[in-house]
Amino acid sequence: MNEAPDLPLWAAVLVSLLVVAGAAITLIGSVGLVRLPDFYSRLHAPSLGATLGTGCILIGSMLCFGVLRDRLLIHEALIALFITITTPVTMMLLARASLYRDRVEGNRAAPEHDPEPTEP
Amino acid sequence: MSAHILGWSLTLAQVLLAFAMGLAAVRFARGPRAQDRVIGLDTFYVNAMLMLVTIGIRSGVTLYFEAALIIGMLGFVSTVALSKFLMRGEVIE
Amino acid sequence: MIRRVLPHPFLFVALLVMWLMLNQSLAPGTFLFGALVAFGGSWAMVALDPPKARLRLSRLPPALRLAGRVLIDVFRSNLAVARIILGGTERRTHSGFMTLRLDLTDRYGLAVLAIIMTCTPGTQWVHYDPARGTLLLHVLDLVDEREWANLIKQRYETLLREIFE
Repeated sequence: MNEAPDLPLWAAVLVSLLVVAGAAITLIGSVGLVRLPDFYSRLHAPSLGATLGTGCILIGSMLCFGVLRDRLLIHEALIALFITITTPVTMMLLARASLYRDRVEGNRAAPEHDPEPTEP
Repeated sequence: MSAHILGWSLTLAQVLLAFAMGLAAVRFARGPRAQDRVIGLDTFYVNAMLMLVTIGIRSGVTLYFEAALIIGMLGFVSTVALSKFLMRGEVIE
Repeated sequence: MIRRVLPHPFLFVALLVMWLMLNQSLAPGTFLFGALVAFGGSWAMVALDPPKARLRLSRLPPALRLAGRVLIDVFRSNLAVARIILGGTERRTHSGFMTLRLDLTDRYGLAVLAIIMTCTPGTQWVHYDPARGTLLLHVLDLVDEREWANLIKQRYETLLREIFE
């Protein structure tokens, strides 16, 4: 069960730190998904895992396989690119769908009209 | 020695990610509204994808990374379809 | 001339290179099949008919500066949101909607801004109104609206306008 690639010590420590940090950030994001009080606040929580969490784990993986030199790092790069492009789309669509539903139902979760623009 | 360090920290990361998946499932089960369930499902997909990446680091098999990519794509498509459905009540306009 | 056969030559090359790297081989079969996939992909792009984007080398320095800023901000805002999530109940009740007038109108610029807003947790892009040029945002830590407006306009929008307009 507990097998892992044999890296030099410095690389093993660095990869370990990155992977555990990424997993911890992702966990904090999921905790936020449960703890935050309303839907629009909860929208912010998963992007923790989708940005820094994914980033840390993928950099760790790149470092690991870069040191081992047994394959190109294209998969990690593709996953990172894909997550960066798709997460905004899903979050934006969900936010808009929810805003639309709240306005149709007329409940107080969302403002009836857009607030006046804030001038800097 | 170094394989030991990496092995144990990968196990720790997998436990943390499993907890994260559990919490996303809690939000999916609890709701209260449909959009809450969709966001729970989306988070569940992302966490599952990261879990596959950690398994891939442990085993060194490229196939896990390809599986992670596909899980990510499935999560994206399903979330987009579900949000479209929430907005209009039909998936294809 | 080349565009008659290959409508998006850059996309063709990028897709072919990606295919070869994913397969990690230069065998003639892989190459041929990759070329076929890339050919199909670049013709599929014609059906989508995206508005023209111009790539200029002079836009590279501001783009790199923007990338550096975003990288720093992703770190900072992740830590800030983590603190809010793990902090007391009172911290979690400052969220709210705000509207912002944007001077940026380029569609690609707006797309990049949307990605930046989502990648930095704490700000969420909700709706952009192209007729009025206003953007509806949801902010997790909405204590001072003006501060957020200043941050977005000065830190990102000026650079994005330099790059895309």
